[in-house]
Amino acid sequence: MSSAEIPLPAGRHAAEREQRRIWWLVAVWLLLSLAACLVIWFVWYPHLPPGDMTTSARHQQFDIAVLAVTAAPVILGVFCYFAYVLVVFRARPGDDSDGAPIYGNAKIQAAWIIGTSMIVLWLFVFGTVELIVPAGAGAGEGASPIWKQSGAQTVAWTPGTNDILQVQVIGQQWTWSYRYPQFGGMESTVLDLPVNTPITFHVTSLDVIHSFWPYLLGVKADANPQVDNVAYTTARQTGSFIVRCNELCGIWHGAMTSNGTVMTPVAFKVWATAVQAREKANGTLAALPPYALTYDPTVIPQLGKDLVNVVGVTGAPGYFYGPGNPVTP
Amino acid sequence: MAIETQPERAEPTGRGPETAGGGERPWWQHMGAHTGLIGAVAGYFLGHWLGNFLGGDFARSSLSDENDVAIVLGYSFAVIGWLAGLGVFNDLFLLMRGKPLPEEPRFLGQEGPGLAKYFRFTLDHKVVGIQYLYGMIAYFLTGGLFAMAIRTELLSPNYHIIGPEQYLMVVGEHGTMMMMMMSSVVLGPFGQYFGPLLIGSKRVAFPRLEALGFWLTPPAYIILLSSILFGGFPTGWTGYEPLATQATTGMDAYFFAFGLMGISMILAGFNMIVTIINFRAPGMRWSRLPMFVWGQFTVSWLQVLAVPVLVGACYMGLTDRTFQTAFFTNQLGGSSFLYQNLFWFFGHPEVYILALPGFGIVTEIISTFCRKPLFGYKVQVAGLLGVATLSFFVWQHHLFDSGINPDMRPLFMLTTELISIPTGFIYLVAMGTFWKARIRFTIPMLFALAFYFNFLIGGISGVFLSDVPADTTEHGSFFVMAHFHYTIMGGLIFAFFGGLYYWLPKMFGIKLNETLGKIHFWTMFLFFNTTFLPLFALGMLGMPRRVFTYARNLETLNDWVSISAFCLGASMLIFLFNFVMSMAFWRQREVGNPWRSRSLEWQLSTPPPAENFRRVPVILAGPYDYGVKDALPVADLDPPPGVIGSAYAPATRGPVTREVED
Amino acid sequence: MSLTARVAALIVAFLCVVGVGVFVAVYYIGSANQLPTVAYTASGGVVNVALQEDPQNNSTTTPDWVTYYTQDPTTKQWLHTTLFSVPAGTRVNVTIYGYDGCTPLRNNYWSKVQGTLGNVVTVQQFNKNNRPLGLTTTESLINSWATCSVGHTFAIPDLGLYVPVASPNAQNSVNNLCSNSPCTPASGGAYSLEKFSFMSPSQPGSYRWQCLIPCGGGFLNGNGGPMQTLGWMAGFMNVVST
Repeated sequence: MSSAEIPLPAGRHAAEREQRRIWWLVAVWLLLSLAACLVIWFVWYPHLPPGDMTTSARHQQFDIAVLAVTAAPVILGVFCYFAYVLVVFRARPGDDSDGAPIYGNAKIQAAWIIGTSMIVLWLFVFGTVELIVPAGAGAGEGASPIWKQSGAQTVAWTPGTNDILQVQVIGQQWTWSYRYPQFGGMESTVLDLPVNTPITFHVTSLDVIHSFWPYLLGVKADANPQVDNVAYTTARQTGSFIVRCNELCGIWHGAMTSNGTVMTPVAFKVWATAVQAREKANGTLAALPPYALTYDPTVIPQLGKDLVNVVGVTGAPGYFYGPGNPVTP
Repeated sequence: MAIETQPERAEPTGRGPETAGGGERPWWQHMGAHTGLIGAVAGYFLGHWLGNFLGGDFARSSLSDENDVAIVLGYSFAVIGWLAGLGVFNDLFLLMRGKPLPEEPRFLGQEGPGLAKYFRFTLDHKVVGIQYLYGMIAYFLTGGLFAMAIRTELLSPNYHIIGPEQYLMVVGEHGTMMMMMMSSVVLGPFGQYFGPLLIGSKRVAFPRLEALGFWLTPPAYIILLSSILFGGFPTGWTGYEPLATQATTGMDAYFFAFGLMGISMILAGFNMIVTIINFRAPGMRWSRLPMFVWGQFTVSWLQVLAVPVLVGACYMGLTDRTFQTAFFTNQLGGSSFLYQNLFWFFGHPEVYILALPGFGIVTEIISTFCRKPLFGYKVQVAGLLGVATLSFFVWQHHLFDSGINPDMRPLFMLTTELISIPTGFIYLVAMGTFWKARIRFTIPMLFALAFYFNFLIGGISGVFLSDVPADTTEHGSFFVMAHFHYTIMGGLIFAFFGGLYYWLPKMFGIKLNETLGKIHFWTMFLFFNTTFLPLFALGMLGMPRRVFTYARNLETLNDWVSISAFCLGASMLIFLFNFVMSMAFWRQREVGNPWRSRSLEWQLSTPPPAENFRRVPVILAGPYDYGVKDALPVADLDPPPGVIGSAYAPATRGPVTREVED
Repeated sequence: MSLTARVAALIVAFLCVVGVGVFVAVYYIGSANQLPTVAYTASGGVVNVALQEDPQNNSTTTPDWVTYYTQDPTTKQWLHTTLFSVPAGTRVNVTIYGYDGCTPLRNNYWSKVQGTLGNVVTVQQFNKNNRPLGLTTTESLINSWATCSVGHTFAIPDLGLYVPVASPNAQNSVNNLCSNSPCTPASGGAYSLEKFSFMSPSQPGSYRWQCLIPCGGGFLNGNGGPMQTLGWMAGFMNVVST
């Protein structure tokens, strides 16, 4: 910019110059926005977290890409504008005068308010649709989800059909374990899942709040004690993944990880029935409590009153509440 | 003259007479922080003994070797002792006994020479503002030290410098120190000091509540730090139950300190609401109120309405830990969800308590250094009010994945996204103010520009979080960390520093060194962005919050962030060096109105007179009428007697003629 | 104040703050570094690790907390730490002296022995006079819900190792438990001697280990206090390259 020019329109030439500059600014902004959106959509999108291993992960990837494409022109617009004004309207050295006394402009204000409202409403509609269509998009839906998965609820799970696989995720301090009710309620420390099968996770906790986060599966559901939190997904690719705890739960929260694998449905069925048989044979299944959607670890019918009398016993609730406390007030 | 460039001269804040004025008692015979300390220690031992007497034989105490009742009662009595030792209750006891209150000079804080008045229960709002300033800087730097410890531990996923429970202690201390204490980082120093000045008032409505609000912050700070002696608290700044009930004694410090700070916020907010409504000078219409005061006003409503919920949650958390109530224990009929909802009902307005004063300060700064009126004053006011109102309706977005009622989620997604509309108004006003301006790149202006840059990134990332499916990946990860560090640190703290460089000449008559200031700004801005921008990626790549170990492939990114964080800490040291040297040694005088601002506080002497104004001024115009030919000065500081009560100057909209007779 | 006075005050204040900061950092935040790490070395291709778990301990601040002790291989002293190191890729023989009484698991799945060689442990009970009670048995499951029989567990989740540590059985426990810590067979107290083996991983690193029994007495869910403090019921097994 020539330093001899005064930005204030002192005449028609100045006004025309300013008009031209504004058009250049808009053009630069449009070009940058277009470039950014193209880069986001075609280069970034396929690699966006959390990847495309499951339906919920894919929907989240799509959401993030759309949000980015919506946000990029906004951010670029503000940046371009500020770059322009900071250069064009800076005070030249020695210039002590004031700027132009503009108190507002009803048209610009109205345009801004309407424009931002439309963007926000678009985002809301988009977000709601993206939440409902994929049955919750992998988020924890609580005990009574509204938008359910399609598939058949069965007692036994058969590969190659539309049967939903039920998996219970039990969070406790500080390790994960998984129960498969359709396989006799057998319990496992690794989360193996079949591909191309609708999966329902029932997430619960035995003590404090944890959060079940298998990052590549695109699922996140908090584990609360005595609460069943349901999340849905369907895996579309085989591979291994890591489960992390996402809610601070004490000393080993950061190390509370677990491994899992998505495999073919037949291989999964082989594995699950083998584990079930092994646990039945070695007495593990008999030692486990019956499968339920939530557990109260302080109620152990097998032990009855004998527990209290033994020296050195602290009780499953830790004796923070005295043993005489009723379970319900 | 439109702008007073030669206001009544005064020396920069003097050190006071070397000897106390004749007949005065020595400093240690007045009640002050030293007697407060004695009271606190005595109170702690009394409370601790009482707690052991009451609860020492609880069954759980003999098994766990800890007595939370003793600790909590110890803290309670310590705080009461601290306040009693400071002399907070003196006036109350006088009134109860039917005696008259002492004379005006004590009320105005002129009783003590020099520095002493800053260590006493002084009722002058300007003294309280300066007390807050030093306090907040101390609390901020302490919180920053903990942040350095966090980043040191995160340098490697395998080699651990501190143990995992110590890491959680450090994380909790950092987060709580910042979120708890920094809620008053702008409203404390600048709100208390300049609020009454900006509305043309000689005082605040409740000076004792205001001073009490400050004097509750040192015990909150000490109690929070005392948690370290007990092994810290493992829940982070959010204090989620039932982990908080399970934790060892350090947890009591968290709940107690947070409740104490909450009371401080409620009192400060209450005082400011009444002051701003009732103590505005004649002619100070709502449409002429400086934007900083609007920010203060809206935030005070948030404090008064939202913070009591936190105090309730902390109180219930303490009773769960001490007297084995079961508010948050699912097995006995309580609910872990209850705590989350109570906390976040407070927690979301809390982050707006942090953000809105920043909006207020930067608006003042940009108007002065663009030398232009604010573009769309009413739009900005609508933005502030809109944000404040909507902030009560969005809290469940912290709980999207927690198992809440699923049909709540589109509702809260809507309200959260709606809140970005009034936030956008702030940007509209800023962008409009810069159009056809004359921009001066002074240090406060640089901080204000950095504020807009950072808050934009922070705010847009908030939109990513408000979308429930996207939030499924981002919740509880480092993406959230980056988001709130950009909005709160990139927003509030940058605004705080901008306000500090802007207003220090008025408060102390001393200018901070320009060169060091510019170095501070550029290093802080650069390293802030290099530290927090990669955290968005870390979060998206699956790293949860508050973890001491992480996936091996994220080590390089974490190392980059840690080194940047150390450099950011170094930039704070540059500021500290500048501040200490400028205030204590170089003492470059800057009296008068160096920024040539129209605003009312700059029309006064430096420092302002004890009573702020000799006579209550009559406000003639808004403070943003730059560039207007023949604009009225913002106020008539010397109105003839009799004018007050009958003066209603017309609203200014460009050149007007004076209608008030001289 | 004069310039000299100001400078002096500033330096003193600065040193005080730095001093307090360093003290807190080292003494409180770095306190885990004061725990000794017991180094076990291989002899004849195997490593022998010895641990014990007690119903109380010999500290002054929290004497009622349950805790593990680790035995130093050279001095045979029981150190109050849960940090130990073993060489990589070696067979580790673990001996655990279970002096503490029983508590039921919150999840009875951990009654099953997992991750040891053969997925079994051997258990020999002793009475308070250090006489063996019954025969040495080989167990693959010690059911903490069927009878009261598990004192604590030793679990390294990253290696899939979950071992329930047997407690003295119910009749043996009543009034017979060791009351001085660290307990020794001579000090008088019933205990169970449990042995198992596993292969240490080939990848060096820190592997955390924890107890899964809710043994934090006086804490909600039993998972507070010693369960969440290094040196008590939580620790690290450092695998070092040979």
